[in-house]
Amino acid sequence: MLFWISTTLKVLVAIGFLAQVAAILLWVERKQSAMMQNRIGPNRATIKIGRFEIRAAGLVHSIADGIKMVWKADWEPTGGDHLLYRLAPIIAIVPALCLCAVIPFGPTVFIDHARDLYDPAWAADAATAARSVPLQIANLDVGVLFVFAVAGAGVIGAALAGWSSDNKFSLMGGLRAASQMVSYEVAMGISLVGAMMIFQTVRLDEMVTWQMQHCWGIFVQPVAFVLFCTAAIAETKRVPFDTPEGESELVAGYFTEYAGLKMAMFASGEFVEVCVSSALITTIFLGGWQFPFVQLTGFEFHYFGINISWHWAHFIVVAVSFLSFCLKCVFLIFMQLQVRWTLPRFRYDQIMKLGWRMLLPAALLNVLVTGTVLLFLNSPSAH
Amino acid sequence: MPGKTKVLKKPARTLADQSYLLEVMKGLGTTLKHFFQGTGQMVSGNVPDAVKYPLAEGIATISYPEEKRPYAERWRGVHRLTHRDDGSPRCVACLCCSTACPAQCIYIKPGEYPEGDKRRGYERYPVEFVIDELRCIFCGFCVEACPCDAIRMDTGTHMTAFDEKSAFIYDKDKLMSIVSQHGTQKSENPRHEPGEASHPGIDRLRGGH
Ligand code: SF4
Ligand code: SF4
Repeated sequence: MLFWISTTLKVLVAIGFLAQVAAILLWVERKQSAMMQNRIGPNRATIKIGRFEIRAAGLVHSIADGIKMVWKADWEPTGGDHLLYRLAPIIAIVPALCLCAVIPFGPTVFIDHARDLYDPAWAADAATAARSVPLQIANLDVGVLFVFAVAGAGVIGAALAGWSSDNKFSLMGGLRAASQMVSYEVAMGISLVGAMMIFQTVRLDEMVTWQMQHCWGIFVQPVAFVLFCTAAIAETKRVPFDTPEGESELVAGYFTEYAGLKMAMFASGEFVEVCVSSALITTIFLGGWQFPFVQLTGFEFHYFGINISWHWAHFIVVAVSFLSFCLKCVFLIFMQLQVRWTLPRFRYDQIMKLGWRMLLPAALLNVLVTGTVLLFLNSPSAH
Repeated sequence: MPGKTKVLKKPARTLADQSYLLEVMKGLGTTLKHFFQGTGQMVSGNVPDAVKYPLAEGIATISYPEEKRPYAERWRGVHRLTHRDDGSPRCVACLCCSTACPAQCIYIKPGEYPEGDKRRGYERYPVEFVIDELRCIFCGFCVEACPCDAIRMDTGTHMTAFDEKSAFIYDKDKLMSIVSQHGTQKSENPRHEPGEASHPGIDRLRGGH
């Protein structure tokens, strides 16, 4: 019973949050780019209630955009494949939403022991374990592999949109999206192999636990971190990797022929991808929900001969962990938007070259080096 | 004499440039600096006045209808017809301006003063004076051409957007109601009316040359 209630709640919260994310990130992106470019940014949309004017520093623009999207004429190209045309935006956004299912955003909550100090025996005790809620929607054994499988499905949406629109610009955009995403999927997958070898698991919650006990993934796999970030940004199809949309040559690429809410689904799909990829990077490389020096029992600092132990109640640890996960995600989203407004766009051939000739060999080399080092460390003679 | 040859060296690309990652970091540093500067200014309300200090560091937006960048003194705005002391137009309907106008957007219907008026024989007056501001290219030739300083573009205001074309056709009353950027309907040049002592008293019939 508890399982069903908690899972439903988690799904609702996650989907509800991700549905809002596009509106908020739209505002963040506009304001952030404005600040970077010495502008003020949008601030004119106003909600008037009597004498009061709500501008909320431009947040109202997101609402106005939403209203505009709803009332836009829902135009469809007369040619093309109507079923696929309508299916494509759904296929584009659903995988991104699904991805958040496997990301752990906090430690397991033991409801009966909220005010106690954490004890590893809780998990072993069947009665307590039955009344525990993992802060992760689905704890899959395949973990990261599920991420790759589902993220890979996102490309189908873009490709189908391009194909079914009966427009040459769309088709070009769809083709570019397909080839770009498939290329970077390869580098993305292989860049994580090193991390999986070190963590000795593909389960995301175990990865976080490993990082809590040892050190963050970014310190053991710095090259993979850079490669994965690059590939993840390429997967979101945003500048500097936005040739599938390429305003200057393809109008709007694969969603040229989409209007209103269907267009909005592609646009918000991108923002959801940004959000989810930040959460993934956090989980695999930045220690997930772990706050620096905070273990399940509280603040623990045992380095350089200094020993500080500051025990916290279980619920405080959970709250701190959840907040730290959110903070890390916000930071990564911020950096992704910053990159989007800093770097000029790559040419299409440059993207392909970067993917196949730089990232892929670097990822393979990373696997080789990691494997060699691990072999050396684990060989009997080293002990 | 043989020309001097200057060999321009292609800027060399260092390994750091080539690896791109370092340059990305530098670029991010620059944009982050601007981001924090701008956000700091917005949050503290310490935004430099972009109208007065257009080159100041930081946010440079002018919130247009509320804040305006002042136009130069000699900037050519919408036309106005200057007044005489008695409030009639200084224009003598000589048609110089409409002749000079490259867009041919000035229409003047000249009229003679009635018999007995002191000005009859010296000059005419515009019965109608119409400028199609939509056709006007704001070249200022009409102002240059006018011998009487009767038409000026020193109003400091530009054309507003109206939603119908007829609103852009400015007639005599409209043109005479517009004031200069200093708020006057006159001109700085003194006007000598016929019969006054300062008037040279030369006209088409009695001209000495
Ligand atoms: S400004 Fe130029 S175009 Fe406009 S009315 Fe005068 S002469 Fe004609
Ligand atoms: S405005 Fe000046 S140039 Fe034009 S008709 Fe009148 S006096 Fe002549």
